[in-house]
Amino acid sequence: MNKLKCECGHFNPEGTILCESCGKPIEENQHLDGNDKSKLLNMRYEGSARRSLTYNRTIVDKIWNFFSSVRNGVILIVIALIASGIGTIFPQAMYIPANAPNRDPSVYYEETYGILGKIYYQLGFHELYSSWWYMILIALIGVSLVICSLDRFIPLYRALKIQKPKRHYSFLSRQRLFSETPDFSPEDKKKVVENLKNMRYKIFEQDGQVLAEKNRFSRWGPYVNHIGLIIILIAALLRMTPFMFIDDYVWVREGERKVIPSTDGQYYIENKKFHLEYYDEDDERYKEAMERMGQLVVKNYQTDVVIYKVKGETIPGQEPELEKVTEDAIRMNEPLKFDGYRLYQSGYQENEFSTMTFGIFAANDEEKSFGEFTVDLMSPEETYELENGFKVEISQYFPDYILQDGEPTTQSKFPKNPAFVFRVYPPDSDEPEVSFIGIGRNIDPTGENKYRLGITDFSTHYASGLTVRKDLTLPIFVVGAAIFMIGVIQGMYWQHRRVWINEKEGTLLLAAHTNKNWFGIKRDIEKALEGTEINMVVDQEEEDLEKVEQTATQE
Amino acid sequence: MSLEEARRKKHDKMKRRFFYRSVVLAILVGALLFALISNFNRDKEVYRAGDEAPDFELVQINENNELETVRLSDLRGKGVMLNFWATYCPPCEKEMPYMESLYPKYKDDIEIVAVNLDQSELVIHKFINKHDLTFPVVHDKNNDVMDLYKVKPLPSTFFIDPEGIIVEKVEGALTLEKLEEYFQMIQP
Repeated sequence: MNKLKCECGHFNPEGTILCESCGKPIEENQHLDGNDKSKLLNMRYEGSARRSLTYNRTIVDKIWNFFSSVRNGVILIVIALIASGIGTIFPQAMYIPANAPNRDPSVYYEETYGILGKIYYQLGFHELYSSWWYMILIALIGVSLVICSLDRFIPLYRALKIQKPKRHYSFLSRQRLFSETPDFSPEDKKKVVENLKNMRYKIFEQDGQVLAEKNRFSRWGPYVNHIGLIIILIAALLRMTPFMFIDDYVWVREGERKVIPSTDGQYYIENKKFHLEYYDEDDERYKEAMERMGQLVVKNYQTDVVIYKVKGETIPGQEPELEKVTEDAIRMNEPLKFDGYRLYQSGYQENEFSTMTFGIFAANDEEKSFGEFTVDLMSPEETYELENGFKVEISQYFPDYILQDGEPTTQSKFPKNPAFVFRVYPPDSDEPEVSFIGIGRNIDPTGENKYRLGITDFSTHYASGLTVRKDLTLPIFVVGAAIFMIGVIQGMYWQHRRVWINEKEGTLLLAAHTNKNWFGIKRDIEKALEGTEINMVVDQEEEDLEKVEQTATQE
Repeated sequence: MSLEEARRKKHDKMKRRFFYRSVVLAILVGALLFALISNFNRDKEVYRAGDEAPDFELVQINENNELETVRLSDLRGKGVMLNFWATYCPPCEKEMPYMESLYPKYKDDIEIVAVNLDQSELVIHKFINKHDLTFPVVHDKNNDVMDLYKVKPLPSTFFIDPEGIIVEKVEGALTLEKLEEYFQMIQP
């Protein structure tokens, strides 16, 4: 039959090791907890039926049983631990240094770390923490956590709820702490119970049999702790959705207005100004520290920005109608917060030119100037006309000049190293003079120019690097971590203590069990027995140990 | 409790257990699949062959072409070659003459939209004049459309059929033969 009837009359679920009601060991199941080989009873999960150990019929049961095993869970954790460790041997793909000769992971690992690097790459360790098998591994640990907890919590809860004060002799005598007092006075028994009650034990009494119990809630600690872990795993899962979590980066030049990435084109940012401030060199307070550093120390990185929200529906590329959301400064560690997003000051670049001013000089006389014109390097004009009749035409513009295979060209669209080919038309002349000019370059290709161009002034601008972040999962992590901690404290700082005071044929049976801190419970019992004739409990485990030691010394 | 009754009770219990274990496992497997799919989606390119090409509108700046703005959805009924390029990209420069040479022949069936990613308009005009381009060139100054299509290497080209569905995405330069092949694929 599916139920096991104990001699006390209680029906136990299949797989029960110790009767839920009276604690009598159920004969055919003693091997499950190894009770058949030892004198003391294994009190794990109160000897309740972990169903997983018994039901094994359908495929669902088989999967369930796999995850219900703590051993399998530990194996999964160890595999994850080893894999995570291997993932730290070489840098992950996203941390390949920017200045590496080749940042392509298929080349980088082999080039930098040789054959080991190649294996590392081929096994996918370069992107371990987002690889499908690593994620499955972590998820399996999560599954194991849920099923292990369910499979142990429910029977344990049942067993502790059903337990009766009257216990079977074989249960009591096989507890670690046990004593028998053949002739006892009922007054002594009453006094012990009273003493235990004063120590804030809860007293359950039935037909003269007594159970004193304390801090049962401490047994739930591990399960509360697991609930916390599961919440943390759920938060990690939600972090993968853009709705809950965004992590992006945007470069904005001074004066530039552009869309903020990862906001579905809904928000624009304008960089009004970037500030880079240093500590005052002459200030006495900083002098010593600065001498030690041997360089200027930055005091403040700051971007003054305006945030706009797109009004109405626009399609990408269209100039949207913008509505100002906020205007503020972003400093290091002082992010700007708006509508659930946060912008952090994360970097800057100063190697871009914004304007360049050129002067027209006589080729043979440096001092003689014919006027100046200024070119906006972000959007240059085609021609510049000077008041005195000179006309300058831009023939070619290379924002980021480089000579490649003998051809002048540009590496990027950003004015980092601007160079021009100008056509200079002197007043009342249709015959232009061609000159090539850039930073540190000034070439007259014909060698016959009467006029020479020179850079007389320039201005630069900063580009500010901002991290765009949205993280709605943080509160969930906090809740998970708090519950985790509550579980730890609950299980750690309190102990579940039980003292059974049973009578059998005129003999007083005293037994006690705790999940930890045996010294503490012994002291409780000592205190309770003070001034009575009842025998103090004997620690049967220590007794066993002593015997083993004695035989060892005799040999 | 008769034997018959006990059996039925046991059977019910097994059914219940099977049900609740299945539900718990299904929830956990669902969460796992969700994690895998969202992680997989995160770094894959967003628009591929078979997807509908997302709409955009940009100002046309080629003076040799009469269009003022280009809106992709207005080009339904025609095949569209959507080409992302920049003046400082040598392979882009190489395929431009091929595009120009096929344009007059396919003009009525296919529109070429060359999305430029440069900063200053001046260099684009110089480039257009150098190669005598006549097809529409639009200036994606803020990289809005580039971000929309998640374009990484230049040049990148999308071939879009008359129904607005992406037929092919090509990263890197095209040869004249390849280009004509794709044109025939997206012809109405």
